[in-house]
Amino acid sequence: MKASDFLNIVLPFKDKVFRLSKRLLVSREEAEDATQELIFKLWKNRDKIAGYKNVEAFAMTMTKNYCYDRLKSKQANNLTLIHSNYKENETALDKKLEFKDSVHQVHQLIENLPAQQKMIIQLRDVEQYEFDEISKMLDMKPTAIRVALSRARKTIREALIKKHNYGVS
Amino acid sequence: MELANIEILIKKYLKAETSLQEETTLKNYFTGGNVPPHLQEYEYLFQYFVNAKQDTFTQTISLKPKKSSKNSLKWFSVAASILLLISVFIGKQEYEKYQAKKIYAQVSKGLKLLSTNLKKGEEAVANLYVYEDSVKKIIK
Repeated sequence: MKASDFLNIVLPFKDKVFRLSKRLLVSREEAEDATQELIFKLWKNRDKIAGYKNVEAFAMTMTKNYCYDRLKSKQANNLTLIHSNYKENETALDKKLEFKDSVHQVHQLIENLPAQQKMIIQLRDVEQYEFDEISKMLDMKPTAIRVALSRARKTIREALIKKHNYGVS
Repeated sequence: MELANIEILIKKYLKAETSLQEETTLKNYFTGGNVPPHLQEYEYLFQYFVNAKQDTFTQTISLKPKKSSKNSLKWFSVAASILLLISVFIGKQEYEKYQAKKIYAQVSKGLKLLSTNLKKGEEAVANLYVYEDSVKKIIK
């Protein structure tokens, strides 16, 4: 496989890999490193991936495993601590401050979810994958994914309502 | 889209029973403005999802192994441990040398003491000889 062919396969989902790593590793730098590392790993196994039907799902599974490993290692733990109050810069800057704040709150709320729910929210609500695809990526049953997703959505919604009402009164 | 329909979809959405298509409908509705106050929280939620998807990986992809800072840190620690080992080794040698010098000084001090005392004894014995000689002379 030539480098150009490889890039043609990888480029469509590199942002998804990056966003999932960022969701799990929190800091942008860590996620960038992880993405580079993962793409390099795929490149090393380029002969194998030629045989895969769904490279994207495979890459997402790899991303999940890699990020879990990073989180387990001590180095990454230090990094997450440093970046725990990391600000999301990309929220719509042109909107009103209050609206921006509330949208940013969603980021924080997802941050507080368990890792598995975080990933499911990321894959479903942000990346819009089908449940079948997510179940392959995370090696979970679709029903379990639905349960976790429902729980995550309800948690976020309740927290948002709570914060919003608190802000008003 | 009618509000009643949206509310039905929202209920399904919370139970994670909506299809991707229905979720797109919700997303379009809530990011399009004109959201009723009692559904305000969904506006934040869906706006966030839309924003989150715009985040992209901007670095250039390199297909060569990069020398990460973690790697260099590892080598640095290896170098440091070797340095420590060498310095401990040299330090031990130096210490032994110092110890040997100290013992040598002590021993030589002791020997000197011994020799001066011996000298004293020898002088005393020499006196004895002188005494004996004079006694012999007198007896003769």
